[in-house]
Amino acid sequence: MSLSHAVTSDRQLARLLQIGVVLEEMVEASAAHHTAEREQDLDPEVAALLQEAAAEPERHRERLAALIDELDADSVAYEEVEALVEAQYAADDAFDDVLYDQLCNEETAYKFYDDLLTALGVDDQTDGDSGVPGATDSDGGVGAATDDVADAAFSVDRDRLVETLREIRDEEAAGVEDVTDLMERRA
Amino acid sequence: MNTADQYLKAIYLIQQVEDGPASTGDVADALEVSPASANEMIGKLETRGLADHEKYTGVDLTEDGIVRAREALTNYCIIERFLANVLDVEEFRVEARSLEAVIDDTVAERLDRLIDRAEECPDCFDAETDACALLDLEEVGAD
Repeated sequence: MSLSHAVTSDRQLARLLQIGVVLEEMVEASAAHHTAEREQDLDPEVAALLQEAAAEPERHRERLAALIDELDADSVAYEEVEALVEAQYAADDAFDDVLYDQLCNEETAYKFYDDLLTALGVDDQTDGDSGVPGATDSDGGVGAATDDVADAAFSVDRDRLVETLREIRDEEAAGVEDVTDLMERRA
Repeated sequence: MNTADQYLKAIYLIQQVEDGPASTGDVADALEVSPASANEMIGKLETRGLADHEKYTGVDLTEDGIVRAREALTNYCIIERFLANVLDVEEFRVEARSLEAVIDDTVAERLDRLIDRAEECPDCFDAETDACALLDLEEVGAD
C-alpha cells in the first residue's frame, strides 16, 4: 500500500489515462444507449444534449489515446466498454433517468480529471477538504508531495499533458453546467 | 481515496488478520510510513471518533470507523477488479495500490458499473493475499 498521491511514473500515468478513456467511453455508450432507446420520444433539447454527449467523448478519447501511445501503452477498445455498459443497462433500470445519468457521467469525468491534475501537482482548481488527493489533503504531510510530482519526468511532454487534461476537464465542467441548466429548465 | 480512509482500511485489514487491535508498528509498515506519522494520524482518527487507541495494545476501529473502512475497502476492491477484469492487468494488486489515492469514491462508483462484484463484497476480500478471494487470479492477464 502506498500513501503517495503523486503520479510519478509512465506506467501509473498511462493507467490513469486509460481509466480516463474508459470514463469517456461510458459517457459515449450511455448517450448512445439513451438515444437508441427513446429516439422517437426524446425532447429536442435532450436529443441535442445527447448528441453532443456522444460526440465530445470521441474527441477526448483521441487526445487521451495520443498521450497513451506516447507512453508506449495501449488504449481501451470502445466496443468492450460499450458491451459492459449495455449489460449494465439490461440488468439494472436504476440508470433510466436520462439527464441524471448524463449528469453523473459528466460529473465523474470532471472529478477524475481534476483529481488527476492535482496528483500531477497542478492545483489550480481543487475542492479543498473534500478528500481530493494531493496537496490539498487535509491530513497532509504524507504523500502530498507537490514538488516531487511537479518534477516527475514522463515520456510525454508535461506541458502538453497538463494542457490537454485541463481542456478536457473544463469541457466536462461545461457539460455538467449544460445538463444542470437543462434539468432546471425542465423542473 | 484520502489519507484517513487509507489508514482506516489498513487498520481494518490488520485487525482482521490479528483478530484484535492493530499495533502502530503494523499500521506504519502496511502504509510504508514512519511510526511517528502513523501515531499522528491515529490520533486524528481518534479525535474524529473513528478509532480508539490504547498505548500498549494498539488501535481499534469504532463502529463509525468500521463503516468508513469498509467503504474504502469496497472502493479498493472495485479498483482491483476493474484493473483485473476490464483492463486485464496482471499485476493488478501492485497497480491498485499505486492508484488508489488518485481514484475517489465518485469514480470508483462509476467504474463499479463495469464489473461483476459479489454481494458479499468487501467481506470476500482476503487480507493475506491483498485481493478479493473470488477474483479468478488465473484468468487475469491471460489474454
